[in-house]
Amino acid sequence: MPGLSFDLIAMQLFTGLALGAIYVLFAIGLSLIFGMLTVVNFAHGAFYMVGAYVGLFLISLGGNFWLCLVAVPLIVGISGMIVERFLIRPLYGRGIDYPLLLTFGLSYIMVELIRIGFGTSGYPFDTPDLLQGAVNIGIGYFPLYRLFVIGAAAVVLLGLWLFLERTSFGLIIRAGARDPQIVRVLGVDVARVWLYVFGIGTAIAGLAGLLAAPLQGVIPEMGANILAEAFVVTVVGGMGSIGGAVIAGLLVGVVISMTSLFAPEMAKVSIFALMAIVLLIRPQGFFGRAGLMS
Amino acid sequence: MAMNELSQTLAPAGVEQRNWFEAAKRHRALLASLFVLVFPLVMPFTALAVNILIYGLYALGFNLLFGYLGLLSFGHAALFGTGAYLCGIAIVHFALPWYVAIAMGVLGGTAMAALIGALAIRTRGIYFAMVTMALAQCVYYLFYQAIDWTGGENGLRGINVRAIDIFGMKFDFINPLTRYYVVAGFVILALYVLSRILASPFGAVIEAVRENEARARASGYNVTLTRLITFVLSGAFCGLAGALAALHLSIVPIEIMHYETSGMVVMMSLLGGMGTFFGPFVGAAVFLLLENLVSLWTVHWQLFVGAVFVVCVLFFPAGIWGTILKRVRP
Amino acid sequence: MTKKITKSGLLSRRRLLTSVGAGAVLAASPFRINLLQAQEATIKVGFPVPLTGPYGTEAQDQVRAAEVAIAEFNEGGGLNGRKAELLVRDDKLNPGEAATRTLELIEKEKVSFIVGSLSAAVQLAVNNVTKERQIIFNSISQSDTINEASDFSKYTFHEALNPHLTAGAVGRYAFPKFGKKVAFLTADYAYGHEMVRGFQEAGKAFGIETLVDIRHPIGTTDFSALLPRIQALKPDILCISNFGRDQQIALKQATDFGMKKSMKIIVPIMLYTGRIAAGPQAFEGVIGGTSYYWGIEDKIASAKAFNDRFRKMHGGKVPSDYGALGYGGVKTLLMGAKAANSLEADKVIAAIEALKYDYYKGPQYYRKCDHQSAQSVLIIESKASPQKGDADVFNVVETEAPNDANLRSCEALGHKV
Repeated sequence: MPGLSFDLIAMQLFTGLALGAIYVLFAIGLSLIFGMLTVVNFAHGAFYMVGAYVGLFLISLGGNFWLCLVAVPLIVGISGMIVERFLIRPLYGRGIDYPLLLTFGLSYIMVELIRIGFGTSGYPFDTPDLLQGAVNIGIGYFPLYRLFVIGAAAVVLLGLWLFLERTSFGLIIRAGARDPQIVRVLGVDVARVWLYVFGIGTAIAGLAGLLAAPLQGVIPEMGANILAEAFVVTVVGGMGSIGGAVIAGLLVGVVISMTSLFAPEMAKVSIFALMAIVLLIRPQGFFGRAGLMS
Repeated sequence: MAMNELSQTLAPAGVEQRNWFEAAKRHRALLASLFVLVFPLVMPFTALAVNILIYGLYALGFNLLFGYLGLLSFGHAALFGTGAYLCGIAIVHFALPWYVAIAMGVLGGTAMAALIGALAIRTRGIYFAMVTMALAQCVYYLFYQAIDWTGGENGLRGINVRAIDIFGMKFDFINPLTRYYVVAGFVILALYVLSRILASPFGAVIEAVRENEARARASGYNVTLTRLITFVLSGAFCGLAGALAALHLSIVPIEIMHYETSGMVVMMSLLGGMGTFFGPFVGAAVFLLLENLVSLWTVHWQLFVGAVFVVCVLFFPAGIWGTILKRVRP
Repeated sequence: MTKKITKSGLLSRRRLLTSVGAGAVLAASPFRINLLQAQEATIKVGFPVPLTGPYGTEAQDQVRAAEVAIAEFNEGGGLNGRKAELLVRDDKLNPGEAATRTLELIEKEKVSFIVGSLSAAVQLAVNNVTKERQIIFNSISQSDTINEASDFSKYTFHEALNPHLTAGAVGRYAFPKFGKKVAFLTADYAYGHEMVRGFQEAGKAFGIETLVDIRHPIGTTDFSALLPRIQALKPDILCISNFGRDQQIALKQATDFGMKKSMKIIVPIMLYTGRIAAGPQAFEGVIGGTSYYWGIEDKIASAKAFNDRFRKMHGGKVPSDYGALGYGGVKTLLMGAKAANSLEADKVIAAIEALKYDYYKGPQYYRKCDHQSAQSVLIIESKASPQKGDADVFNVVETEAPNDANLRSCEALGHKV
């Protein structure tokens, strides 16, 4: 292939990691909710999209991007908690199909409400002034904003890890995922734990949507596009495993960018092929518990 | 039959009520056939009635796996789509008669099910759903790229069957009602076959595997083989539905292979009531009717469809048909 | 025409009575008979467009413009007093849904004409249904395939531009101006390939050199993995041959990667609605083609009249490019019916073939062999920022006059001449 050089391949790898950062952010929320609540959240894409629209709305009110980084996860997280409290909680213990169907219906409602409020065509979302332009990363120029997204994803991951591993609340969450019955017997309000977990998961989805907005603009359908790919990430990583979602997210990013270099028209199907291969060899994914949900 | 007589002699009280329900259950395929015959009268337009039959059959085939065996597949679009494409290709590229084309569609759905099933059958639960989805996406891509055969993104056009000859009689296939009754004939046939399968000893094994896999295995049944055979049978029904879809619309759009088509059939089954015989059919009918009627008076029809799902899940967890059955069952 | 429909309806019903007993119930139902009477009253025009989904904005504008055409026809007295009526259906951008809706429009509503569609696949599906049932269909979305002999029928008309013509026009403008080293970034489906073919054919005359043709899957939301390779090749021109949302994201990300600094970006078709949705920054300086831009009203009287009427009916808005096609598509069929003084398909077809019309963008006519509307192509450049109101987004830099020679030849399309 003409024009193929070491720098180009390195650049391509780096691009893949940057691409993977958004997948990671989106998928850890999905994986967290599945791991703790065994809810396959089909509305996750809708929360991601709502995050972008909330950001758009706040900026139109005179807010700035940095404020949104805090406000958007908060607002989306709270709306996620409302959804958990009133719609999903009545379904616990009824099997995996019901929350799936409910969140599927919910995603229709959320997308349509956004269409009614903001119209069917999308909006541009400007890259914040401070992060415009490209910087030389040694192998070529790379957009500053994409570097920022990698950094933001790393910060969120670190924060989540510290929260789960180093706080007593995190301990309860981890215990609740292992065996909710015992945790309940010990006097812990499991319902409240699940409420917060759903809130955190959707908050991260909202943040991912906000971070994606300057990359591709904002449309009501943006969540549906990423949802299928995010399922691939969570399944390859192992449903319910946060570490698995991180590794699989980055892997999916790199697989997309490398197929984009050698066989671009196969970029989309490549990740499904990856998923089929991984699952046929290791049916529970990289870090999934065997026998879960069977 | 013998069981029924036994129960009659043992329990004289309330027998009348139970009798009609049991009789209805025994003759469910016949009752369904009668309903199918008058169905277009109550539908807004005939093409929609045909779609409901086709998607109802697709959901029925899916439910054999999902409702009766308890395996959730997210890749059934590949079976439905292969049936449609093979039927279409038989007519467009080989100019085969329509009934051969339908047979090709059934064969295509069956073969694709055997292929996907053989690869996916050893995974379980949510992972089975994901493997089938991934494999179905690969099939989608295969058909997308085979432009010379499938038309690629433009879809396969030209499945134009003007007349249908049955036992020497010619019928005008352009006429909407003729088209409806030809499709209905195949759907009724499929209903009978499916009803027979479920009433057979193999049908009992299917349900035994769903209820308690370990016990079924201990009883000497080959669980994996039962799964595979059920998946393949499901593929045959979905392939037939796909073939009928191709004949009905005279095109096969690539969207038929999309994972949304897989997701749709899951939703139809759940909406109607999984594990019941007609539930998926009812689900398909309600889903398509809602979509068609509401989209006539508002562009925001998805709001209503979504709300119906949420309400159904919260208040009618057995699905529409499942809830009705619970109410009327004596 | 109406008599004919009724007659064939009876005929098929009679056939059914002999074949399927249950058909008798339906034939006798009052519901059915009402429908047959109702269609005496108006001329029904079916209009399947993707009201929901990613192109809802464009589709709703198509409906608005089609309403203008219907209103004008009715004010002009209709066809001997018979008024026209627009029956809008949501095709959801899905060919299967579109085919079902087309069947409804033909079988239940007994429409005389079908106009509509926004994607290539949908128009081909609708076309397959209409040509089997001998209903005239005017497609208002782009495709080369619909002109080809295998899909075309005498009932098929194509009011929209086709990718060969649009891409060719943009190429003929851009190649001599910006350079000969060309890179392509193309959506991997028939429409994308057709646009590239259009560029390549036009480029032969200028001796362009193709550095690379990268095919991306449709619905790609991140092009970052494709751009470094293009940058490394240092082309003079980058042709981005995709549509709608894909185009908006590709332009946005190409801008972010700083590609506009070293190369000129050209696109075969640049959507007004796409530019509005994506903002000025991503589109700034991009050269593209279009069938219509409201700004030509300064020079073209028919455009001025159409814009004014549209503004009056729809709260001061200006029509978009795809919207204007909805107007042209409906208008030509209705004027054809008027010229033929009939709704009989064969007479209307002959009348439309003979039309030399200027309804909204200058002179147009349908080429005999493939019923492709020969028309002008506007070459537009996106402005850095709107000057006269939000709608002022493009500069028309050149207008390519209608010319058969710029279309694919009838022989190449497989038509017998």
